Amino acid sequence: MSESAISLNTELIKSSASALAAAIAHREISSREVTDAHLDRIEQVDEQVHAFLHVDAEGARAQADAVDAKVAAGDELPPLAGVPVGLKDVFTQRGIPTTAGSRILEGWRPPYDATVTTKLKGSGAVILGKTNMDEFAMGSSTEHSGYGPTRNPWDLDRIPGGSGGGSAAALAAFEAPLTVGTDTGGSIRQPASVTGTVGTKPTYGSVSRFGLIALASSLDQGGPCGRNVADTALLHQALAGHDERDSTSWAGEYPDVVAAAAKRDVKGMKIGLVKELSGEGYQAGVSQRFDEAVKVLTDLGAEVVEVSCPHFDYALAAYYLILPSEASSNLARFDGMRFGLREGDDGNHTVEQVMGLTRDAGFGDEAKRRIILGTYALSSGYYDAYYGQAQKVRTLIAQDFAAAFDQVDVLVSPTAPTTAFKLGEKLDDPVAMYLNDVATIPVNLAGNCAMSLPIGLAPEDGLPVGLQIMAPSFADDRLYNVGGAVESALVDSWGHDLISEVPAL
Amino acid sequence: MTSETGNTLDVAAVARLAELARISLSDEELQRYSGQLDQILHSVDKVGEVAADDVVPMSHPQPLVNVTRPDVNKPCVDREEVLRQAPAVEDDRFRVPQILGEE
Amino acid sequence: MSNVDQKVPFTEAVEAFDPLLGFEVHVELSTKSKMFCACPTEFGAEPNTQVCPVCLGLPGSMPVVNQDAIESTIKIGLALNCKIAESSRFARKNYFYPDMPKDYQISQYDEPICYDGYLDVEVPLEDGTKKSVRVEIERVHMEEDTGKLTHAGGATGRIQGADYSIVDYNRAGVPLIEIVTKVVPDTGALAPEVGRAYVTQLRDLVRGLKVSDVRMEQGSLRCDANVSLMPAGTSEWGTRTETKNVNSFKSVEQAIRSEIERQAAVLQSGGKVVQETRHYQETSGTTTSGREKTDAEDYRYFPEPDLVPVEPSAEWIEELRAGLPEAPAKRVARLQEAWGLSDFDMQSVVNAGALDVVEETVAAGVDQAAARKWWLGELARRANEQGVEIDQVGVTPADVAGIVALIDEGKINDKLAREVIDGVASGEGTPAEVVEARGLGVVSDDGPLIEAIDQALADNPDVVEKLREGNMQPVGVIIGAVMKATRGQADAGRARELIIERLG
Ligand SMILES: [Zn+2]
Repeated sequence: MSESAISLNTELIKSSASALAAAIAHREISSREVTDAHLDRIEQVDEQVHAFLHVDAEGARAQADAVDAKVAAGDELPPLAGVPVGLKDVFTQRGIPTTAGSRILEGWRPPYDATVTTKLKGSGAVILGKTNMDEFAMGSSTEHSGYGPTRNPWDLDRIPGGSGGGSAAALAAFEAPLTVGTDTGGSIRQPASVTGTVGTKPTYGSVSRFGLIALASSLDQGGPCGRNVADTALLHQALAGHDERDSTSWAGEYPDVVAAAAKRDVKGMKIGLVKELSGEGYQAGVSQRFDEAVKVLTDLGAEVVEVSCPHFDYALAAYYLILPSEASSNLARFDGMRFGLREGDDGNHTVEQVMGLTRDAGFGDEAKRRIILGTYALSSGYYDAYYGQAQKVRTLIAQDFAAAFDQVDVLVSPTAPTTAFKLGEKLDDPVAMYLNDVATIPVNLAGNCAMSLPIGLAPEDGLPVGLQIMAPSFADDRLYNVGGAVESALVDSWGHDLISEVPAL
Repeated sequence: MTSETGNTLDVAAVARLAELARISLSDEELQRYSGQLDQILHSVDKVGEVAADDVVPMSHPQPLVNVTRPDVNKPCVDREEVLRQAPAVEDDRFRVPQILGEE
Repeated sequence: MSNVDQKVPFTEAVEAFDPLLGFEVHVELSTKSKMFCACPTEFGAEPNTQVCPVCLGLPGSMPVVNQDAIESTIKIGLALNCKIAESSRFARKNYFYPDMPKDYQISQYDEPICYDGYLDVEVPLEDGTKKSVRVEIERVHMEEDTGKLTHAGGATGRIQGADYSIVDYNRAGVPLIEIVTKVVPDTGALAPEVGRAYVTQLRDLVRGLKVSDVRMEQGSLRCDANVSLMPAGTSEWGTRTETKNVNSFKSVEQAIRSEIERQAAVLQSGGKVVQETRHYQETSGTTTSGREKTDAEDYRYFPEPDLVPVEPSAEWIEELRAGLPEAPAKRVARLQEAWGLSDFDMQSVVNAGALDVVEETVAAGVDQAAARKWWLGELARRANEQGVEIDQVGVTPADVAGIVALIDEGKINDKLAREVIDGVASGEGTPAEVVEARGLGVVSDDGPLIEAIDQALADNPDVVEKLREGNMQPVGVIIGAVMKATRGQADAGRARELIIERLG
């Protein structure tokens, strides 16, 4: 490869999705060139990062060529035409290996596309491959992937967050300008926070769950990940919309998040600091950068007040009952009968034994722990005290949000209590691992929306810190307006975007 | 460790739950999970502290009702594509191990 | 099975104990698509050709409720005098079994769509009268059917001793309605008949709603019968058993009888009835202990998070109520009176499933006796031979009306009418067209008939003698000979008239 080609490719992989889409539409570059640049990058760095579980180079090139043909024909182009995207391995893609990070699904090729996959294809995106994740999205570090962890491009000894560590690391390693994640308790936002990228959990019901391998059905929500707020909005808009195949999909109006990302005007807005999501347990550098971001908002003309959401203190407990309960049922179908792994089918074992052996061999520790906890919480005699009570706490948390949004337009908090920790550090201490999600979980329980965006590096370790913005259900546009304003003010003050500080791989 | 509700997840309890959940845990796993699960149980027991007697449980984030589809047929999935993914197939059906053991 | 259950004679058993009954009836709806996906529900398709990611429970798939299934269920509930819930939810019933693709069944648990109803059952008594028994309905709820297992490698094709099984998921996800009664007390010695009458009349009611085929032999109607015994004169409910595999109305009766006799023997010998699932054995008319291994079942029900509540509006319910047909019992009573039939004759029409067709034939201007004669005779025989319902033999009430008119006009006789039915059933057209095309008209010109009569009279002088003496009994011999000579084309009535004429 010539020197100029290398620099061109470097430019390509560091470009924003918006810029790439425009360049392709204006015939300045072909989608094939953009796609090849990213496939090359994956080839170069993914052995270190391990953001991808499967790369579909052939399919990606075919899709890129199809877009280029459309460009050549002068056809009208969909919004993401020719832009490469990474898809979290929890979404089905017809004929493409889909594992949800679990050995129990090794080699499974779904016979159908998830609605998210269909929408990506329809928006012209080029699907590069499937990104790594904690098994069935259970985890905050991607260490629970059945195929080995993903590493954080900021420091390869550290975790990229989870469960969507692959989708976040792929962005920070410039392997893809956009990726799709899912957020059940913070799996889009916490990885965004620790990798210096942007991620949104849309309002529950915005992005179809059809074809999303369910962890906790009442909490799961697909959403966009990007390197900046505008790109993330572009993908958000492409993914959101009503789907008749998902009974919990929203059939009403959707806000225009792309327009909101360009608005960047917080003057006169009221912004609430959640008292319960600060202080003890938050790393000093995280709190410091958070305070500075709040100052930025004040400087931009927003009014900042403190609000209390008293039941947030119970969110983690409620979450770790509701999630395992629903998961224990959702993961029952992985029994080795119709698809995936089968273990112990030697002609002597009964079907019950084969199911038991398959599930023991195919599931990792965290999946097994949560299935057992959920089985317990739903079992006769314990339901009311655990699952039933957790659903009531959920109501109270939703009421806390409603009361807060009576006073303010958006709420803010640090996304995660700490920056990226070291691989292996919390692996054997599930409760410590769960604390990573303390600030992100309330939104999943209540069903409203939130975004994480980078607000600097913690002074003590030089690692990215994320700001979480929370808005009411179907006011996702506020996230992009406020996020865009903060991002633009910070980038102006730094003179560059934060992601450009990521060390070279 | 005993949780605040007095409930515990000892090895016997975990073994019983694993059976219900169809996971053939090894003895080592039973021992390890039992300790970890008891600790998790202790931390989630906190939900019981909330006075919520007259609170309506929330099972759906959005208040939707009556979402249905019309009674019409749509194309089915290709049988070969599905059976290709199955661990064992016979006569165009999914083959599964014996349901009852030797008696 | 080595030990045969001891039994106490039935009359003795019901003297010592009061039986308590309960029924769980499953009805497969005849919607075009499945409960939660758009796959067809047709019976008998090639294995695994009516499946999709949803009904195969593939990862990522999600259910969406069939609107018609909800409406059919509400109709059943209304016909059973149930209340319709303002808000109703689906729940997951968690258990592992290879015929259940998701390893949970979407069902309804504590919030069924219909509840608190009743069905007044007319139980026929030995003396020909009837006793009315009110069976109270606890709930009617929606759920999904399972796939079909075929057991291989064993000697019997049964689950016991099989080496492995194979699964067809075509049936998985077909809408199922479960109708659960409250305990039916105070039936005494009539318990078996009450059971049979309940299931039969429930079948008639559901069939009248046109929401299911309700055919026990195809499994679109399934009945589990619960039986327990209470020592006479006490109010201590005994332990109940649940008998499955009851595949006909007669079996319902026999299964209850057998279970009462068995439980009475257990109790009288000082034993305890075990709470268990039992299986009815068609061949022996007895029940056997369910030997399938089950967990001490803990279904871990919880609200199905993939579906939202069903909240039928009052307007919707009233619209469905307005569209309900007349209740079967009311309709039977009305028609019985209009036709002036005995209980026995009316029951024959109902049992043949011929109520609709007879009513329509009568409405087309045919006398009820003639309508019954054809439907319960020739056409019922054909339906039976072909193993189809009576309205599936290829002959409509309008056709029967046409045939009866041709007979009344003397154009054909009964024997020719059967040939006309053959023609109509094989699609040759209307009865009149078949008569025309096949040249089946009765000989109406008296010439050839008189010729045949004269010949017959000449051949049977002894008969002629008796007839002349005024003994008309052997006239059939002459008519028979005439018919034979005219190859059945003679009008028997006209022939009789002419015989009397010829004899002077
Ligand atoms: Zn289907």
